[in-house]
Amino acid sequence: MKLHEYQSKRLFAAHGVPIPRGDVATTPEEARRIAEELGTPVVVKSQVLVGGRGKAGGIRLAHTPAEAERVAGEVLGMEIKGLPVRKVLLDEAADIRQEIYLGVVVDRAACRPVMMASSEGGVEIEEVARINPEAIKKVTIDPFLGLRGYQTVTLAKGIGLAGEYRRAFDRIARGLYQAFLACDASLAEINPLVVTGEGSLLAVDGKMVLDDNGLFRHPDLAQMRDVDEETPAEREAREAGLSYVQLDGEIGCMVNGAGLAMATMDIIKHFGGAPANFLDIGGGAKAERVATALRLILADPNVKAVLFNIFGGITRCDEVAKGIVTAFEEVEPTVPMVARLVGTNEAEGRAILEDSGYRLITATTLAEAAQKAVAAAGGELTV
Amino acid sequence: MAILVDKNTRLLVQGITGREGEFHSRQMIAYGTQIVAGVTPGKGGQWACDGKVPVFDTVAEAVTATEANTSVIYVPARFAADAILEAADAGIPLIVCITEGIPTLDMIRVRAYLDQKGVRLVGPNCPGLLSPGEAKVGIMPGHIATPGPIGVVSRSGTLTYEVVYALTLRGLGQTTCVGIGGDPIIGTTFVDVLEMFENDPLTEQVVLIGEIGGSDEERAARFIAERMTKPVVAFVAGRTAPPGKRMGHAGAIIEGGTGTAAEKIAAFEAVGVPVAEHPEQIPDLIA
Repeated sequence: MKLHEYQSKRLFAAHGVPIPRGDVATTPEEARRIAEELGTPVVVKSQVLVGGRGKAGGIRLAHTPAEAERVAGEVLGMEIKGLPVRKVLLDEAADIRQEIYLGVVVDRAACRPVMMASSEGGVEIEEVARINPEAIKKVTIDPFLGLRGYQTVTLAKGIGLAGEYRRAFDRIARGLYQAFLACDASLAEINPLVVTGEGSLLAVDGKMVLDDNGLFRHPDLAQMRDVDEETPAEREAREAGLSYVQLDGEIGCMVNGAGLAMATMDIIKHFGGAPANFLDIGGGAKAERVATALRLILADPNVKAVLFNIFGGITRCDEVAKGIVTAFEEVEPTVPMVARLVGTNEAEGRAILEDSGYRLITATTLAEAAQKAVAAAGGELTV
Repeated sequence: MAILVDKNTRLLVQGITGREGEFHSRQMIAYGTQIVAGVTPGKGGQWACDGKVPVFDTVAEAVTATEANTSVIYVPARFAADAILEAADAGIPLIVCITEGIPTLDMIRVRAYLDQKGVRLVGPNCPGLLSPGEAKVGIMPGHIATPGPIGVVSRSGTLTYEVVYALTLRGLGQTTCVGIGGDPIIGTTFVDVLEMFENDPLTEQVVLIGEIGGSDEERAARFIAERMTKPVVAFVAGRTAPPGKRMGHAGAIIEGGTGTAAEKIAAFEAVGVPVAEHPEQIPDLIA
């Protein structure tokens, strides 16, 4: 789960990281009041969960409260990469002398958190990694020892930060790591961390991604989820305990298991179709869950056919077939349905589908099922 | 012969009195796996699975009484990290964690502790291990597999079953099927399992099933090029996965433009490992 800049920076600040004075507005009038309180100039920053806000014109400077109101009005009306701007952050403008990058991520290969710093702040770290990888300095953090002082010195020296800022840098690095731990984050970054004209360090922009598996112990953070991070269908799926990602193709997929669900999407593409979604109905495949999943898939107007790909292991195909039939009683199928049931009790499962009276196209192999789904979506195959 | 688990495995089940734990324990017993003990705090002294398995309060007690040498964990995510540490502390050398949803930062600490103790963990968020005809530890359906010379290693569950079943239908039996799990931090990687298969005299070929996220497949490709004499066939799921979205598994996400299926496929192809276009092609690629 991603957090907004203002949410991330407030969490960093709670762990001792200095951030600019600022506040969030949802209307131009509010923006004006905030600018009056802060004093100008202020930076008006769109709060959307995508990168490249600056290039899109979603980060603007305002020299007077009236200008802040006007600029906020413009920014609040924008869409950035398809996401509507619902909030703007107004920050006191900083006198920036130097921009650096500081971040913590989980290094999957090392099985440890890694702190990274770069002298090229304000640029996405992936971009720096591509163009100038030597500019990135890294230290691996032992989970039992935590981030040590010598490690922050290594980073500060590695990126050429002047000696007089190293104590402040150390404090910020430790604060960032504490915030990362305290929030069960998978990423926490300050980009840029700036050296100001007054000779202090300030976290001008911040970003956090939280580990969904850790949210159960952070109900306060879980509430910060932005509605626009997911489509309404994805939200409903998450609340129903389904793993669902909306895509832009025309073949709805319902599969048990995440790996198999991805492989099913891939094989649809392989045979010239396009998947409308990723969907893992999980083990057991209870009728109620299948019905919810089917409702979500059919609510997508792009869907021209649905492919059920079920591998019966411990879950028996006849149980899943019963689930599908019960789901059809609740959710009327409106497009061609292709069903492939294989594994435990596959014959019984197929018989249940055939006897149900619902018109289903059946297939035995995954390749056959995908080809039939592609043909059905193209109107070339009917039951 | 098989890797990791076989007829000599003396299995302990953590969470044996839970719904999942009890169900799968019965399946494992039916397959012929020796389950010597179960652990559920507060239920010590009871018997599980129709009186076949003694239940203990702690792993240490169970180990003392039964000489269990492998543990499989079915406890809920918020207690699972503790369960792994308890098994490691009790001297169990091989721990298989089925549980999905353990926070990553918990797993980082668990991995660091296990590495210090030299304990092997398989998983979490995995279907476990199946050595056909010998032992089944986890949740894989036993009847889809058959003994033979192919080693199978995968980050997935049902996709693995699909491949194993396709192999079995073509008369290509397996030495051991290993589900390493779909989380970002796991105990055993592709490279670890490839090394075991390379050293296993009965394994002649290996099927590797990867997916998007991380760079474990790329490291596997390097290992195959540098260290393996046995042929390997691969499949990578997620060619059509969009960036930045978690595809079911916590570890299956393309982040910062890396971890794509295309990169992984290219890494395998660069070292001469044939990559199947879809799962049903895998048996065709086995020479």
